[in-house]
Amino acid sequence: MTLAQRGRIVSIVGLALLAAVYVRALAFTPVERFQGEAQKIFYVHVPAAWSAMLAMGLVGCSSILYLIMKDPRYDRFAAASAEVGTAFSLVMLTTGPLWARPIWGTWWTWDARLTLTLFLFFLFLGYLLMRGAVSEPTLRARYSAVLGICGLVLLPFIHLSVYLFRTLHPQPIVLKPSAPSLPGNMLATLLFSFGVFTLLYIGFVTQSYAISLQHEARAAANA
Amino acid sequence: MGEEESGKGNGSSVGDILRDAWTIARKDLILEFRSRTAFLSAAVFTALVLTVFNFGRDPTAVPTLDLAPSILWVTFTFAAMLALNRAFQLELENQALDGLLVAPISLQSLYLAKLIANLVFVGVVQAVGLPLFVLFFNVPIGGVLLPLIAVIALATVGFVSVGTLFSAMVIRTRFAELMLPVLLLPFLIPPLIGAVQMTAALLEGRPLSEVQGWLRLLAAYDIFFLAVATILFPNTVNE
Amino acid sequence: MLSGENLQHAFGPVRALDGISFALTAGQTLALFGPNGAGKTTLLKVLAGLIEPQGGTAQVEGGRAAVGWIGHQSHLYGYLTVRENLLFWARLYHVPQPQAMRRADELLARLDMTERGDVQVRVLSRGMMQRATIARALIHDPKVLLLDEPFTGLDLAAAAEFRELLAEFAGTGRIIVLATHNVDEGVELATDIAFQSRGRFVHFAPRGNRSAPEIAEQYRRMVGIDGGRGKREGERVERG
Repeated sequence: MTLAQRGRIVSIVGLALLAAVYVRALAFTPVERFQGEAQKIFYVHVPAAWSAMLAMGLVGCSSILYLIMKDPRYDRFAAASAEVGTAFSLVMLTTGPLWARPIWGTWWTWDARLTLTLFLFFLFLGYLLMRGAVSEPTLRARYSAVLGICGLVLLPFIHLSVYLFRTLHPQPIVLKPSAPSLPGNMLATLLFSFGVFTLLYIGFVTQSYAISLQHEARAAANA
Repeated sequence: MGEEESGKGNGSSVGDILRDAWTIARKDLILEFRSRTAFLSAAVFTALVLTVFNFGRDPTAVPTLDLAPSILWVTFTFAAMLALNRAFQLELENQALDGLLVAPISLQSLYLAKLIANLVFVGVVQAVGLPLFVLFFNVPIGGVLLPLIAVIALATVGFVSVGTLFSAMVIRTRFAELMLPVLLLPFLIPPLIGAVQMTAALLEGRPLSEVQGWLRLLAAYDIFFLAVATILFPNTVNE
Repeated sequence: MLSGENLQHAFGPVRALDGISFALTAGQTLALFGPNGAGKTTLLKVLAGLIEPQGGTAQVEGGRAAVGWIGHQSHLYGYLTVRENLLFWARLYHVPQPQAMRRADELLARLDMTERGDVQVRVLSRGMMQRATIARALIHDPKVLLLDEPFTGLDLAAAAEFRELLAEFAGTGRIIVLATHNVDEGVELATDIAFQSRGRFVHFAPRGNRSAPEIAEQYRRMVGIDGGRGKREGERVERG
């Protein structure tokens, strides 16, 4: 089985399980007391943000490995991870407002997760835009690696900035039952969702990686 | 050349790095001073942005102290962006960059040189912008001038350390002038927020201890990114 | 001493260096001919230390400090004077100040440029700029001089002048490598001739008694393309 096929299978399984998450969240998980039905988007929202951050982290690590080993596979992986990260960030940024509106009455809020994801989105965009602007493969890989590592280093500073900002300027109450303090059923749904998103990440990255391999093979054949 | 890379003769000791960096930075500053165009454009741009902000607000509304820090820092950010582009543009003329790369200097000195030149350039533009800002917005700068300058310096080092690294990359991409802001802005936001918070605290007469957290964040940012940029820099100019 | 051992380097699918090996000693001037894309520039950049080869090693006695480089561009800063440019580069090569100033004066005199010494480079004529470029490359007294298509954009008269100046400095205990795709240039200066095609040396031998037309003919046969009678970018075609 080729890499692309394997990736596709994993993605399809992931998507099917995602549907299962929805079903479980909507039908089998209790409704949260203060926020009602709209709170349930939390089960998609949080893992998506988490996956975007994972994607960025892996872009960074892969970039470090590329600069040390000079192996183009790391660069290809980083690019795939960045693409998937962009997609997840976009999902999160569109579901976020959908959720915020019924709860807080506004489309956008500087909630910690949304802000972080917005940052990630811009970082990913910049990364992909730069890859598009450099045509020579080795140069592109090197530049991407530099950007990826800088992005990784930036992550903790974003977290810190958001945290500091919110302690000084308290925001309206954010739904923040952190995982351990969630009642059993909700926790289970959340963890299930995390698992599904990780699976989706693996599937999508595999597909993206396989596609870029095909592109390179075609380019080499035409050269 | 094979394994002689690290023993690049005279380029690698700390003294050499500093000396070579100063040689190049000095050359940059002489060039800027003689051609003047870049500096004048940046200074005029800063003045224009401040003017636009001034006309963009309602003069009868609440005093501007609320927005003043943001205005100052947005202006400084834009000005820094302009300044950063020229650092490596200078070396494109007559391909001097290749000459620099062939010379027996450590690439860290090239980064340090551009960093210094950028800091001086941005610093001078800020020295023009700050008085204008005080003038236009009637800002009570009184006893807080020195701490304010310290805050400005701290944040600017952060901007310029990452900016110098990125500007070395974008000169080889298409649309360099557009790419730099797009890549750089996400990185400028943490120091920017910190700078705005600290500036606000200073201008409102609040003690800096209130914003200690930001001070530490900014300092950590500067240290980390200076280190990361210095380490990563050779990858942006080598072939 | 300048040598390369099985140098390998590729840009994506294109092999610019595919097993290049050679050795040169002081006093030798190598004229390296090859069509565009043959990898001449890549080879020179590896020797200059600009590129780290993906395979093989290059050795330059004295390291980077001993290399002088002349490419299509002058590497001069327009708003600095000639002398300031020379002293700048000398400082980067760690030449002590008094020695650098003396050498700058010497070079300016030898190149007949002394009156132009304190003129900003941006107002120099093309011919003067060429001389300044040579001065810049020689200010630190390099043992190795690498020239990458230095005749680009020069008309016949300027090219001839450049050749004369080079001849003055060639063979003075230096190693010179001159890369060009036009066989008519640089043959007279050379002690050794090499043809590079697709990343390999298809010919490398002392010049011996061969004349320029002979070498051109040989080049045409071995490399299979017109060795340079055609028009080059930026150069007016002149015969005769």
